[in-house]
Amino acid sequence: MADLAALTANAREQVQACASLAALDELRVLWLGRKGVYTEQLKALSALPAAQKPAAGALINSAKTELQNAIEARRATLEQAAIAAQLESGRIDVTLPGRGELRGGLHPLTRTRLRIEALFRNAGYEIATGPEVEDEFHNFEALNIPANHPARAMHDTFYLSDSLLLLRTHTSPVQIRAMQKRQPPFAMISPGRVYRCDSDVSHSPMFHQVEGLLVDTDVSFANLKFVLHEFMEALFERPLQMRLRPSYFPFTEPSAEVDISCVLCSGKGCRACKQTGWLEVAGCGMVHPNVFRACGIDTERYSGFAFGMGIERLAMLLYGVPDLRFFYDNDLRFLAQFARG
Amino acid sequence: MKLPLSWLRSWVELPWSDAQLSARLTMLGIEVEAMNAVAPPFSGVVVAEIVSAVPHPQADKLRVCQVSTGAGPALQIVCGAPNARAGLRSALATVGAQLPGGLAIGKAKLRGVESQGMLCSAQELQLNSAGAGIIELPTDAPLGTALRDYLQLDEVQIELGITPNRGDAMSVLGVARELAAVSGTALKEPQLPGVANSSASSADEAGATSDRFPVQLRPGAGSARFASRVVRGVDNRRPVPNWLRLRLEHSGLRSISPLVDVTNFVLLELGQPMHAYDLGKLQGGIEVRKAGQGEKLRLLDGNELELATDVTLIADGGGAVGMAGIMGGERSAISADTSDLFLEVAWFDPAAIAGRARRYGMQTDASQRYERGVDPALQERALERATALILAIAGGRAGPAQLVDLPEELPRRSGIELHSARIARLLGAPVAATDVTRRLAALGMQVETLGSDHWRVTPPSWRFDISIEADLIEELARLGGYDAIPERAPRGERRLGSVSEQRVELSQVQALLAARGFHEAITFGFTDPVAQRRLLGDVPTIALRNPIASNLSVMRASLWPGLLNAALENQRRQRERVRLFECAICFTRASDGTILETQKIAGLVLGARLPEQWGAARAGVDFHDLKGELSALLALAGPEKAHQFDADPAPPPGLHPGRSARIVHDGRVIGHIGELHPAVVRELDFTYAPIVFELDADAVLRSQPARSQAICAFPQIRRDISFTVPTSETYGHIAERVSVAASTRLHELRVFDLYQGQGVEIGRKSVALGLILQDLSRTLTDADADEVVARVCAELRSSLDARIRE
Repeated sequence: MADLAALTANAREQVQACASLAALDELRVLWLGRKGVYTEQLKALSALPAAQKPAAGALINSAKTELQNAIEARRATLEQAAIAAQLESGRIDVTLPGRGELRGGLHPLTRTRLRIEALFRNAGYEIATGPEVEDEFHNFEALNIPANHPARAMHDTFYLSDSLLLLRTHTSPVQIRAMQKRQPPFAMISPGRVYRCDSDVSHSPMFHQVEGLLVDTDVSFANLKFVLHEFMEALFERPLQMRLRPSYFPFTEPSAEVDISCVLCSGKGCRACKQTGWLEVAGCGMVHPNVFRACGIDTERYSGFAFGMGIERLAMLLYGVPDLRFFYDNDLRFLAQFARG
Repeated sequence: MKLPLSWLRSWVELPWSDAQLSARLTMLGIEVEAMNAVAPPFSGVVVAEIVSAVPHPQADKLRVCQVSTGAGPALQIVCGAPNARAGLRSALATVGAQLPGGLAIGKAKLRGVESQGMLCSAQELQLNSAGAGIIELPTDAPLGTALRDYLQLDEVQIELGITPNRGDAMSVLGVARELAAVSGTALKEPQLPGVANSSASSADEAGATSDRFPVQLRPGAGSARFASRVVRGVDNRRPVPNWLRLRLEHSGLRSISPLVDVTNFVLLELGQPMHAYDLGKLQGGIEVRKAGQGEKLRLLDGNELELATDVTLIADGGGAVGMAGIMGGERSAISADTSDLFLEVAWFDPAAIAGRARRYGMQTDASQRYERGVDPALQERALERATALILAIAGGRAGPAQLVDLPEELPRRSGIELHSARIARLLGAPVAATDVTRRLAALGMQVETLGSDHWRVTPPSWRFDISIEADLIEELARLGGYDAIPERAPRGERRLGSVSEQRVELSQVQALLAARGFHEAITFGFTDPVAQRRLLGDVPTIALRNPIASNLSVMRASLWPGLLNAALENQRRQRERVRLFECAICFTRASDGTILETQKIAGLVLGARLPEQWGAARAGVDFHDLKGELSALLALAGPEKAHQFDADPAPPPGLHPGRSARIVHDGRVIGHIGELHPAVVRELDFTYAPIVFELDADAVLRSQPARSQAICAFPQIRRDISFTVPTSETYGHIAERVSVAASTRLHELRVFDLYQGQGVEIGRKSVALGLILQDLSRTLTDADADEVVARVCAELRSSLDARIRE
């Protein structure tokens, strides 16, 4: 039986020395297989006297179990090593850039317009659009700007050749078209492109406006102030001072310019606000009775307010864009700055 | 309009600082657009006279002057100005003076000669006046006086933005009237320095002449009141007094001559334009009438115009002598030699003036006031004011004031009813009855009380902008201050707007393209007709009458010219990969000539397929890349099969005919996609050929609402087949034949390989298809699948001359 102990010690050494799972399996077959060493040993028991058989058998079985455990332990070690090796060899450089397309982006004027639309939509305003080629009636006359009116000088108008049509100078005609179609109440904004033949550092021959209109049986100047103030604070996401200054638009009476406390210097005075602390951001007023009359709306029954603002102006303030011309250059280095959700 | 603040303050006494005054004006609706000192700070500069000037011994261009400041010995000043001459009064910066820009004046030696100060130019003092060399002052400028005092350089000038409805505020009187109303102060009419307050009688006494010059107003011609006067024996060469010159200069006008300066002064002071004619050059009498057919007039500025018949003219026996209310004619213009003059102070109907100046491209101070409305009660007062000033400054004898009017053509101010309930309704806050009457009265309105909450209000003659109740309510709000009106949320029912499953928002299109790597461009609505024709061929153009440039002269029929231009600009800026899109209106003509506006979506890709990177091979972007993007875009509107791409028999000329397709939806062409034509690529100088698409947005924005369908539970079988066909066969045709042959058991068809070249017979290409087969009612067997494949192969062989690879 000393043989057995030596045998087992030898087998254990071989197992410990084994370097691969395949070799380990060969060892298992060699020692524990159906024709393996221990099987042979058990067969050899038959030569022993019956009284010795159980004890000898138990010894062999225990040696066999011991070897089995050693093989399993070795297998686990080898498997772990294999995984570790696989992990080591499979290491990648996670700092390399991802594959595929980069994100594009919306134009900052679109972003601003969509924000304005979302805010007013939340408040129940509908979004209305209309033609960019307009006639004198919708662009001027219905808005209480007859021919030769001095206010026409403020609208440097593009006209089409060989016709009386023009490019709309504001989006107010959209409101006229809506009011001609149906009766109040109206709660709408009309964003869109507008055109004036003026081109320099601070004027573009095409630009964007949003005009708003609220008409109902009891709409007041106090409502106008509330809505504009709420809108400006929502758009700029901060508390703002707002003031209305008397002004003149042919289509509103009373009329006002809308100033907000400067969003760049918080009203302390800077270059953007010409040291006044105020930024002019919109025009507004109560719809002129002549406008209602041109659209067949009862001026005794209804009142309403209207406002208009330049999207470029608001976008410049929102994003800190220093020059109007950036908006139309379509320079990818500029546009890419707005590549986000 | 620019005015010195001291002029305003001389008309109304206010306890306000300049800043407060400015703020009050702005909040009254008379916006102060700028408020500036007329000169920057400087000190130590006095009025001085050059007693003698001799050449500098060492320098040709310098002079050595002895300069007197009236007291003490003369100072020696070296001066390089060519106009430095004996007898000239000028501005002397004495030793110790501080000039603008931090220059300190000390004793200095110039080429060896000592200079005890510096004679100054307007530029050196940063004064707003022209003229080379040192400042030339009038000979009566008091020696030794600080220049700041003499030229009133501590004056503050404000620039006012007067809205077009407020012609009445385009004068010192008008602005002062507003300030008086808002402050509750009375207006005071100032005495002019050196001029006795005048009246018709005092003018008559001052060497009167009984001269008259006949005036006739043609009814309906646009003038309802015409005050005038003959003045004889004036001297238009006399110096203009300092106070008058400074008033004009501080109002942004240049002093010209006594007669011109007086008319300009009265225009600024009272808002009444007037015109002075050289009486010796007038013939017969004055007539105000409309221009005759083809009538011509040479204006003061030398231009000759042919006038339309709706233009009001001032004419004499020899024809037109002026465009009424806009500009006088050359023939009767006053000159330095004029001694006898005829003064016109007229009222013209705004309707007769409005638009004419703009039409002929000459807005003048007069036309701006007349087309907004000049007070019809102002003419005699202005005539007296001007006469008195002329007599005082240029001498002469005044004839009697002549007044001709057509009373029935004068504007009538009618009463407007005002109700306190309307005030409260429109403003959202009531105005107390006492405030109503007080504020309106302060503005010169006549207020008749018809009840405790009801008035009849008649606006004053100078207001042309008050005709309805809302106008009065605005005046009340303006005078009370818009700040005093509360902010109140509108009431009204809340409504759900419509959010339709059948509609895709344009913003979704924009978001999708942005997420797929496109940047949104915004280009102008007008474009270059040449570029447009190059891309689209002869489409009907919609041209502008007054474009800002010839390459922006037609309305765009496509977004391509704008996008290509943007791409080129980016290529110029070294961007080698460009992906742009734009959503905007395009303009075309219907067959009847009416203009159609179509919302379009267009895109452009150029350069590499992917941003340059380590993990993907470099490849140029191609048609099918963009087609893939477009398919994703079209999928917003519904299943992919709803849109077909096919070769356009007549593609737009700007596209490569073999690499472009039209996009068809419901049998209608809704857009195009393609590579730019190689000739256009070369002409525009693109490094890489751009690939573009354009779609009618409407086809994308109308969506088919999704419907749930049963999911087939039986397994799918995939069979691949590979074959060759002639190269001219399209995938579209192959797919159609396969789908016909496979019938309902074909669940999906994939093309997974396409090859032509070595190993494939010339003139043929190899195609590999994956057929995903499925039966809706049972599990397919291998035999079923074999049978479908056999049918497909047979069909391909027979109809496409396919050779199946086994």
